Amino acid sequence: MAEPALALKGLAKSFGALKVTNGVDLAIAPGELHALIGPNGAGKTTLVHQISGTLRPDSGAILFGGQDITRLPPQARARAGLARTFQITSTIASLSALENVALGVQAHSAHPLSLFRDAASDEALNAPAWEALEAVGLAERAHAPAGSLSHGEKRALEIAMALTLQPKLILLDEPLAGVGHEEGERLIALLNSLKGRFAMLLVEHDMSAVFALADRVTVLVYGGVIASGEPAAVRADPAVRQAYLGEEG
Amino acid sequence: MASTSSASTAPVARPVAPMVRRLAPLVIFTLLALLPLASALGLPGHWLTLVTRAMIVAIAALSLDLVLGIGGLISFGHAAYIGIGAYGTGILITEGRTELLVALPVVLLACAVFATITGYVSLRTRGVAFIMITLAFGQMAFYFAQALSAYGGDDGLTLYEKSTLLGREIFGNRTGFYYIALGTLAVCYWLVRRLVASRFGRVLRAARENAVRVTVTGYDVNHVRLGAYVISGMMAGLSGLLLANQTDFVSPAYMSWPRSGELIFMVVLGGVGSLYGSILGALAFLVTEDVLSSLTQNWKVIFGPLIVLFVLFTHGGIAGLVTKLRGRRDG
Repeated sequence: MAEPALALKGLAKSFGALKVTNGVDLAIAPGELHALIGPNGAGKTTLVHQISGTLRPDSGAILFGGQDITRLPPQARARAGLARTFQITSTIASLSALENVALGVQAHSAHPLSLFRDAASDEALNAPAWEALEAVGLAERAHAPAGSLSHGEKRALEIAMALTLQPKLILLDEPLAGVGHEEGERLIALLNSLKGRFAMLLVEHDMSAVFALADRVTVLVYGGVIASGEPAAVRADPAVRQAYLGEEG
Repeated sequence: MASTSSASTAPVARPVAPMVRRLAPLVIFTLLALLPLASALGLPGHWLTLVTRAMIVAIAALSLDLVLGIGGLISFGHAAYIGIGAYGTGILITEGRTELLVALPVVLLACAVFATITGYVSLRTRGVAFIMITLAFGQMAFYFAQALSAYGGDDGLTLYEKSTLLGREIFGNRTGFYYIALGTLAVCYWLVRRLVASRFGRVLRAARENAVRVTVTGYDVNHVRLGAYVISGMMAGLSGLLLANQTDFVSPAYMSWPRSGELIFMVVLGGVGSLYGSILGALAFLVTEDVLSSLTQNWKVIFGPLIVLFVLFTHGGIAGLVTKLRGRRDG
């Protein structure tokens, strides 16, 4: 079997007495769209923070493309091709959509911090940024400040920013949260069109989206994995039905 | 995603910066360049000295705006760099080394070293802690200068010569000095403008707004902030070099914390992050101070409330006021 894009081995994290991540094992194959579901408070976002590096696990290991990144700072993980979006949209509000995306292109260029050349008119940055904006359908809003975009547009912008990081894996933390039905449909179509180019870990509450998109599904309850596998098998799992899906029905 | 937006039919052209922001620096530098003419036509020579001093201080205010306005870091110890620049120059002159080609690199290097060490430590903190720790480092420099008994200690250091360039006196002539200060300020302004618009500047601006986003995009935010802090410190040191030559005197008071506070005030007065605003802020501050202190000995009683009123009624400082007035006329 090919090296997994991402592997978690016995990952654990506690806040005081509360075990928010309780010995999580998980492997995501290259190109796989893996959904992570679970009731509120199951520790999904905490897990995303540990994978992207904004939180340190207490024990266990995170392997990214076979390389141990457990101790790497977030910026080094990003440079290695680990991108993420946020549950609460996170963009640079005063910069234009194009500049937000160009910031990502720049991070992976030969001179990410050059001091004198004008950045806004730099075609080496703008051309790939346009491409990413077009891929997510935001090209017409390129010069609008990110803060003025609609909620769904900001979600798409975050995905465009992730695309520029030459990602091997994108962590998507509830990309559909708070997005209207029509924009949600477009985002699902967008994620579907990106499937296979890189691995994705999708944290999502919208079950129809999860079962439409995911290759595999992992269910997290109280910080631990209770089921993992093909969507149909997970849906049929009695433990999952009782712990999670049952509540919805 | 944009199909529902009303702007989607508009051509996708890059927006142009407002007229004011492009013209204001040009107007400021043109007027400053013409001031010596007014002096030739009878404006008291005292004004030329005052504006020279204001332009020198403006270099430091501008450098502070880079970290404060662009980087979002409230450094409360920036006067230390003026002091290091002034003392570096003063000590070299006292030791008989007046050559600028020696003083300039020495001063810039000293400021860079001090900024790197103190910045590295300070940047581990945020918010109020950052303000306090930069203040503490500033005071440290102040007490160090007070203890420098070989170079005047508490009383300061009087300089009997000025710096020279390739052995030639260049600071002796008042109008000449004026244009050296103006030229240095203009070059610094141009450099900072370029820096802010560069890739480096874009990351610095983005980190002010959303450091987490910048970090997960692959940047070491503290690395970038430290870079800006060091560049800013070196620029403020340059201001100190000129100040020592203008006043023929160097004193620990140059780096006392009220001086750092005044620099912050000039930046706020001019409009945080506007760059040219900090030049206006420095000019307004020094001229007002001079005029009021010539009217009455208790000028600070008037100056204080004036500052409060100004901050209350002009969000965005002088630069904001200029934009607002323009906007009203356009509307």
